[in-house]
Amino acid sequence: MTFRRSLLAGIMLAASVLPAMAEDEGILVYNAQHETLTQAWADAFTKQTGIKVTLRQGSDLEVGNQILQEGANSPADVFLTENSPAMALVDNAGLLEPLPADILDQVPAEYRPANGHWTGIAARSTVFAYNTAKLNPETLPKSLLDLADSAWKGRWTASPGGADFQAIVGALLALKGEEATSAWLKAMKDNVTPVRGNRTAMAAVNKGEFEGAVIYHYYWFGDQAGTKENSANVGLHYFKNEDPGAFVSISGGGVLASSKHKDQALAFLKWVTGKAGQAELRDGSSFEYAIGVGEAANPALPPLADLQAPKLDPTQLDSAKVTALMTAAGLL
Amino acid sequence: MTEAVEHSVPLSSRRVTGSGLAMVAATLIALVSLIPLGFIVMVAAGSGWDETVRLVFRPKVGELLLNTLWLELITLPLSIVLGVTLAWLTERTDLRGAGLWAGLMVAPLGVPAFVQSYAWSSAFPSFHGLAGAVAIALISYFPFVYLPVAAQLRRLDPALEDNAASLGLRPLAVFMRVVLPQLRLSICAGALLVGLHLLGEYGLFVLMRYDTFATAIVDQFQSVYDGPAANLLGGVLVLCCVVLLGGEAVLRGDRRYARIGSGSARRAVPAPLGHWLVPSLLLLTAVAAVALGVTFVTLGRWLWFGGAAVWKLDQIGAALGQTALYALLAGLVATALAMPMAWIAVRSPGRWQRLLEAGHLYVGALPGIIVALALVAITVRVALPLYQTVATLVVAYALIFLPRALTGLRSSIAQVPVELERAAMNLGRSPVASVWQVTMRLAFPGIAASILMVALGAANELTATLMLAPNGTRTLATKFWALTSELDYAAAAPYAVLLIVVSMPLTLLLRRQSNRAIGQ
Repeated sequence: MTFRRSLLAGIMLAASVLPAMAEDEGILVYNAQHETLTQAWADAFTKQTGIKVTLRQGSDLEVGNQILQEGANSPADVFLTENSPAMALVDNAGLLEPLPADILDQVPAEYRPANGHWTGIAARSTVFAYNTAKLNPETLPKSLLDLADSAWKGRWTASPGGADFQAIVGALLALKGEEATSAWLKAMKDNVTPVRGNRTAMAAVNKGEFEGAVIYHYYWFGDQAGTKENSANVGLHYFKNEDPGAFVSISGGGVLASSKHKDQALAFLKWVTGKAGQAELRDGSSFEYAIGVGEAANPALPPLADLQAPKLDPTQLDSAKVTALMTAAGLL
Repeated sequence: MTEAVEHSVPLSSRRVTGSGLAMVAATLIALVSLIPLGFIVMVAAGSGWDETVRLVFRPKVGELLLNTLWLELITLPLSIVLGVTLAWLTERTDLRGAGLWAGLMVAPLGVPAFVQSYAWSSAFPSFHGLAGAVAIALISYFPFVYLPVAAQLRRLDPALEDNAASLGLRPLAVFMRVVLPQLRLSICAGALLVGLHLLGEYGLFVLMRYDTFATAIVDQFQSVYDGPAANLLGGVLVLCCVVLLGGEAVLRGDRRYARIGSGSARRAVPAPLGHWLVPSLLLLTAVAAVALGVTFVTLGRWLWFGGAAVWKLDQIGAALGQTALYALLAGLVATALAMPMAWIAVRSPGRWQRLLEAGHLYVGALPGIIVALALVAITVRVALPLYQTVATLVVAYALIFLPRALTGLRSSIAQVPVELERAAMNLGRSPVASVWQVTMRLAFPGIAASILMVALGAANELTATLMLAPNGTRTLATKFWALTSELDYAAAAPYAVLLIVVSMPLTLLLRRQSNRAIGQ
């Protein structure tokens, strides 16, 4: 029967191109960072050290929650995130291995938590991406807090369902307190037609559907380097001034306490935060900030030091509280 | 002369031998598929009564309920009308190149809904909201109705229609009173799949910026650990699904659809389109252009921009191999698991069967993340060696796509006369052997169609794949997702293109098997 034959042929074909599945060697990285970036890190690290690296991909809190489910049985050796709250989630469950000084010392103290259980590996800045035909430097908001004003009703957007925006709300909460944050979120519910995904937010601004959006900087730079289809009419406004809207979010890296390959896992994290790993951020196409001591960022980006970000220890970002407040405001 | 199928005795009034074993098997399978519901109930129960009330009865849930309701109420009738109209045009009229058109009408099944809506939101950024959601859902899911209805139309015995006409009914009345009732089973099966996909789909509605239960559940799961809010939303979603299943069961009824009478039916004489030819061609062209054209043009543009550099053959080849392997395994397992239930649903319908069937079908309405998290929780705690293995992933696929397998099998088994099975038993075969050797063999094209339907779905699955696949796995769908979330459309395009290129022949094969499923 031809169907049976083609089914059999299909299975054989599939099995023949199937690469060897992950063996029990090298390290397993649960990766919520951009896959291309981490893959570049992994390939270069393997080339230099001979240690094999396998990636498992997901989003920040998906992977964080999965590690919590797994507990001590987690097969993961290393966890990398885009934002710090997911890292804090795993740390609070006591699942991270405290890092030695030689790794921590590679990153300035402002880009890692004081407890030393994990470290920053890269950073991204909050921006107000605006439609250049509709807003100009005179009419831009001076602070993230201004956007709660009814004058901004219907004019801006964001992606409240994503870990990125929730990290920004975390900063607002840490800086301005629960009452102010709760009021701001309620005003946002009235003012904003939410979208899903920062790319969608930027695309809507580009199209002129909204005047501005609160997103991270690299969406714009990435799109500009590519097809420009979602950013041709978009400019970036940095709030600066230690405003909550000038929040710089730290991407974290940590080693699982349950790891069976701790030495290799620590070597990987040391490599990522070291010269070679940070150079990938400078030269690659991720457009995220390098944060290693003395490491320069991608020359296309404004220097991190000029962004006047508010000073926050990443452990101060309370993701559970943020979600509760956003659920109460009807944004989730 | 053929006896009118409408007036045969309802099957529920008969008893069929051999149903005990099938019942046990179906019950066991239903129990496995209740794992995600168990997970939902467990987490929800842990949150206490007050918290439950607070989280369920809040304005946001009302918003979501209304959104979901509108989506179903608008999309379902539209997809039925579109599916039936197109099926009639390609199967029962003198349209030239009907085979080609029919192929084009099934082809959208090979384009993942999230790729479809990615392309649309990229080409027309202002196209979103309810209108966008309905439009993309319609072009992605109408083939679920088209396929079984077209297959059924081909096999209908035209003698019935001739009789009706000779008794003085006009052509439209013949269609409404004779043809349409005979399509009921196929329409119900197709519409049920559309309805379930509308409830469970995530990617499509995210990009169309339309909030449904599925998108809200994923938001919650991505924000909090063990979130009672997400699980309670899941609970409300299951209730919506029960309403949908109830409606379908009522509409489907339990009439007999196997043809009786001697000889074989002749082929129907194609209806002349006459001056309807131009509007018909316009409709077909428009559907093909909207359902395939926009996506192809957008992907083509990205490919052009990327040039040769984006074809990283080693990565793409590996992703292709893994996708194909998982998809085929999922197809085989899901179809095997659906067999006992499909047989019971046809041969010995009743209340208990309805309940079992709901147990098989409801998972289709849940977003993949709930199914995945439930299986993570269970394998990590009680079956660690199975954690992140192909076996767990295939079980997840099978649960998610059981509705696809079941609806396909059900209608093809319904067309095998029960008399043949009984004759085999009278001649000394055991009940299992007679079902296996007679009914299943006659229903084989339907089985093949089910395998293909599930394989197509599994190849496009995202969330469960991410959470459950063995470490190092990259499927075409997960690669596309990872690269588009990095804004690297040019590099993502080859994965979407390959997914479509691989799926297209499957959709053609699917159409052929569906037609053979009813004896053509």
